[in-house]
Amino acid sequence: MTTDQRARSIGVHLVLIAYSLLAVGPILLVVMNSFKVRSAIFGSPLAPPDASTFSLVGYEKVFRSSHILTYYSNSLIVTLVSMALVLLFGAMAAWALTEYRFRGSTALALFLSIGIMVPIRLGSVAILNMMRSAGLNDTLTALVLVYVAQGLPMSIFILSEFIQQIPKDLRDAARCDGVPETRIFFEVVAPLLRPAIATVAVFTIVPIWNDLWFPLILTSSDSTHTVTLGVQQFLGQYITDWNSVLAALSMAILPVVVIYVILSRQLIAGLTSGAVK
Amino acid sequence: MANLRIEHLNKRYGATTVLNDVNLSIGDGEFVVLVGPSGCGKSTLLRMIAGLDGASGGDIHIADKLVNTLAPAERGIAMVFQSYALYPHMNVRKNMTFGLKFTGVPPTERERRVAKAARMLRLEELLERYPRDLSGGQRQRVAIGRAIVREPAVFLFDEPLSNLDAALRVSTRVEIANLHRLLKSTIVYVTHDQVEAMTLADRIVVMNKGCIEQVGKPLDLYYEPANLFVAGFIGSPAMNFFEAEVGGIEGGRARVAGTAFRNFDMPAASLKVGDALTVGVRPEHLVRGGAGPFLAEGIVELVERLGEASFAYLRRVDGRIFVAEVRGRQTPAPGETVTLVAASPDVHVFDALGLRVAT
Repeated sequence: MTTDQRARSIGVHLVLIAYSLLAVGPILLVVMNSFKVRSAIFGSPLAPPDASTFSLVGYEKVFRSSHILTYYSNSLIVTLVSMALVLLFGAMAAWALTEYRFRGSTALALFLSIGIMVPIRLGSVAILNMMRSAGLNDTLTALVLVYVAQGLPMSIFILSEFIQQIPKDLRDAARCDGVPETRIFFEVVAPLLRPAIATVAVFTIVPIWNDLWFPLILTSSDSTHTVTLGVQQFLGQYITDWNSVLAALSMAILPVVVIYVILSRQLIAGLTSGAVK
Repeated sequence: MANLRIEHLNKRYGATTVLNDVNLSIGDGEFVVLVGPSGCGKSTLLRMIAGLDGASGGDIHIADKLVNTLAPAERGIAMVFQSYALYPHMNVRKNMTFGLKFTGVPPTERERRVAKAARMLRLEELLERYPRDLSGGQRQRVAIGRAIVREPAVFLFDEPLSNLDAALRVSTRVEIANLHRLLKSTIVYVTHDQVEAMTLADRIVVMNKGCIEQVGKPLDLYYEPANLFVAGFIGSPAMNFFEAEVGGIEGGRARVAGTAFRNFDMPAASLKVGDALTVGVRPEHLVRGGAGPFLAEGIVELVERLGEASFAYLRRVDGRIFVAEVRGRQTPAPGETVTLVAASPDVHVFDALGLRVAT
């Protein structure tokens, strides 16, 4: 490696390290402070908890005084169901749009790409009206429907790119073998899309789990609140009970991290190696 | 096993014609090789036989049944792809049985067929392996095995050897020939490699620009090419061509006159004085000091020694290059003037349209 390359490599790494600190720092801060007593949170916010400042008071309060488990399961249900539907419909639509030429297929693809460009929040009022008239107000179904609509365009876009990379010979071979089209999709194409599906899953889950806006306008009772919305009540109800807020936030972070760790194992490249030379 | 009949087959993509009125009849158990330069439509023709591409016009019959509207699986064909197209997430056994599940073959029968194909192709030890753990030659054998277990009426091969290295290509070629002898099935095989075509085929179909140029036995194509394209395509190094014209006609004999060779006579037939002709002679048919009607002189520019033969590149009187094969240890030296002669059956004459004229 020449000095020039080495310098460039060091430069790149410095930028990456700085970015990582920027991204991870606040999370560390939240988790660290959630285990401290209130005075220590304000006294030395950057210090890790020690024997004198360690406390689980935030977690105790959260479990005692709110419906945190309900919020939690709501978030999980909404996120996982939305993710499953986005992946299923996204992959099927991507397959149809890349594999078959039919009347209006280009127009349909264009229409879907509009969904990437226009943020779904612009339609909040219309969505609210629609859900109300459909009788879906204050249900998890309403959230799932909105999130599926939000996640589909991007997932179709990403999955189409991946499907195009699957060798065309494989589908032709399956057709010669007499495999029905649906089975070609589920048993030949879908398994090869695993890395892509993991990518799309991560991209889909994170904004849904973190979303505050739609639970805020579409849910009104404790039984349908999600974690991000539930945390807000500590800000209002207790006039910023930082112990509780930080404890609830730490718990909200956990599932996303777990899901990411699971899926990142799936992000293995080279799954198609051996299919074609 | 079945015959295959193609009638007036056309394929157009928008304004471009890929196949133009292709007619071909293939007998039961025949090994037919489609050969031609890239873009000549041979792969398209194969894919249309398979049912993977639709026709713009014309009919395809397999086993005397019109299959135009049938799906690939219903045509009784099996295809081996250039890229092998093995399912990467299935082991060898599953690769071979996957398709059988959907065509109503009972499990015991599937196992029997896999065992038979595995024995035939020496795949027994590899059945539980995944494609990524196999070498190129093994993958190719699995791809062939997957075709065999379907017990098709017609095998379709799409350049199956072009991803293999040279040594493996030769041995796999022999295996395919043996397989054909064993299975006695009808095979349509696409390649751009004329050695494969010559060695494997019962009959060769030479294609160019979406049309069939000539259909015939390998040696017939070599010794009696129907036109200039086939003459230039079959044989390596390619045939030498000399421009000529009909210099005169006398007593039913036409005088073939050109600048780069000695004039000679041939039956006049329908030739007229002044007709443009092309004279073709293969490098391996040009000999030093032989007897024959064709005689040309050249100055040796370069000699390529291959061992069993050498190729001399000679400059003709009109400045262009032609090639002659020289046998033995004594090769001419660069700068030397050599006189070469070809015997009458080895001299090919083509008319202005490029069609063969009987000599």
